[in-house]
Amino acid sequence: MAAAPAQPKLEVEGLTIGFGETIIQHDVSFRVEAGSVFAIMGGSGSGKSTLLKALIGLLKPMQGSVRFGDEDYWAASASRRAEIDQGLGVLFQSGALWSSMTLAENVALPLRMLSRLDRASIERLSAVKLSLVGLAGAGDLMPTELSGGMVKRAGLARALSLDPAILMLDEPSSGLDPVTAKRLDDLILELRDGFGMTIVMVSHDLPSLFGICDDGVFLDADSKTVIAHGAPRQLRDECDHPSVHAFMRRERPDVDRAGSRSAP
Amino acid sequence: MTAKTESRKCEAEVQGSTVLLALSGDWVARTDGVDFGVVEQAIKPGVRALRFDTVKLGHWDSGLIAVLAGLREASNKDGVVFDEEGLPGPARRLLHLLSTPPATARRRLQTTGLDRIGLWAIAALAECVEGAALVGNVFLRGAVALRGRAALRAKDLVEAMYDAGLAALPIVTIVSLLVGGILAFIGATELSKFGAGVYVADLVGVGMVREMAALMTAIIMAGRTGGAYAANIASMESGEEIDALRAMGIPIFDYLILPKVVALSAMMPILYLYGCLVGIFGGLCAGAATLHVTATSFLVEVHKSLTGVQFGLGLTKSLCFGAFIAIISCRVGLRAKRSAAAVGAAATSAVVIGIVGVIALDAIFDLCASVLGI
Repeated sequence: MAAAPAQPKLEVEGLTIGFGETIIQHDVSFRVEAGSVFAIMGGSGSGKSTLLKALIGLLKPMQGSVRFGDEDYWAASASRRAEIDQGLGVLFQSGALWSSMTLAENVALPLRMLSRLDRASIERLSAVKLSLVGLAGAGDLMPTELSGGMVKRAGLARALSLDPAILMLDEPSSGLDPVTAKRLDDLILELRDGFGMTIVMVSHDLPSLFGICDDGVFLDADSKTVIAHGAPRQLRDECDHPSVHAFMRRERPDVDRAGSRSAP
Repeated sequence: MTAKTESRKCEAEVQGSTVLLALSGDWVARTDGVDFGVVEQAIKPGVRALRFDTVKLGHWDSGLIAVLAGLREASNKDGVVFDEEGLPGPARRLLHLLSTPPATARRRLQTTGLDRIGLWAIAALAECVEGAALVGNVFLRGAVALRGRAALRAKDLVEAMYDAGLAALPIVTIVSLLVGGILAFIGATELSKFGAGVYVADLVGVGMVREMAALMTAIIMAGRTGGAYAANIASMESGEEIDALRAMGIPIFDYLILPKVVALSAMMPILYLYGCLVGIFGGLCAGAATLHVTATSFLVEVHKSLTGVQFGLGLTKSLCFGAFIAIISCRVGLRAKRSAAAVGAAATSAVVIGIVGVIALDAIFDLCASVLGI
């Protein structure tokens, strides 16, 4: 019944990422179980999206490994990395739809470039992907004609284009109203259950984190490393680290739990 | 009775008015393709219900969902019962997730050919009005700026002048040098046939001062600076930066367009004069190489051939070309759509309109000069 052969899992070990001489995060380690929804959490500027870039091959880490199954992504050859990339679907924060193409063309392009399917099959598959995300009949629209929620869903349809085993989502619910965000969360779960995908999600949207994530890591901007592991709900209820506590309960870290402000 | 479909992974067994589709093997779209022939094989006249046996089904992906969606659609159309009981649970979930196009599709304007001509005419008229407003604004806001009352930042103006002036000198040097040399080579070849080689200096001098220095500099600036202006403004438009200026009440014209128009209009005459000098030098080099004329005799001949009116004509041309390129480029950038592709399209349009417009303007100038006997 599995939708994809041999579900790969993702394992990150001792990862250090940064730009030039600036280290964004160091010694990041975690393991994503097959079929789970894994959250990369943290405040603004903590390096969540940068970490995601290292996972999807856009930023070479300074140190450490990213393993898909038994294969070290960054130790693999460029051609092998390209093959691994085809097993990853990515939804970018802004949608990143190709603005000169219609939605149908956006979804069809990966299949056109990376498969030998005939034109009719590609068109049918693209229509199915758009239909799965609730955009049936919208294939002729241009990205500029879409609302924020539609852009996210179209980006999701494109991410599903090659039936990826792992879906990487960068802030999927950012900029959406609560109802639209909830619909998108439900859709992500439906797609996970339907296709049996593993999902890695970068987010700081608390309702989404509590609603759909089974596991996760919390990145800290000050110590520049992972300061907590676990499901977001579990971290909310059990983690005592002040930064995690403040984040999960939407409190100011400079105000102690009794309500008085700490000295500057 | 057992009827096999064309697909080796799908067997259709007819049981009275019910068709049982036995799906087996892998249904992975990218590697195995998608078999939409199953739909035609299964839905036949007389069939009342469609059932599935997926015990031997291997790996599958959206390829299977696409086929099942096609089967369901055909079943609904022909009144066949689509019994999804035998399908894997995840596949059933995905089938339920498939949406249908909204009944009230997005409305688009229904137009006839005549409507389209009318809409085009209205759009062209609006464009002319917008263009005229922009030119009017250049004079009005320019006058305000001269009195020091416009929201024109000196820093922006200096940067724009550097970009349109000093930074353009290398390419103007190369092109002017080559154009001057080309004029001299042509002159040397043709004029020396009837012993008039000495007039090469006249050809280079008049050609550069009256025509080529202004024209070539304008073409360079239309490609280099005009395209950059349009791309810059279009990219600001797509990033909602211009909306932010409007929302805060910052006059877009003073802040964004005036510095560019003033800078290019001011720098073009200077670049023209520089182009004249370099072009004449290029002609001198080529003339010395082919006709063995001395530098002194060449320059004396150039001096004799030139008049102040010719310089005036060249300067006026260059000033108008500069203003035209800046205004057109800014206008093209402002009307760009909000996408990355639109930025490239705006830059291309600005360059094409700029170059064609400059050549057309030059022709008008020459016609007027000819009528006036200049």
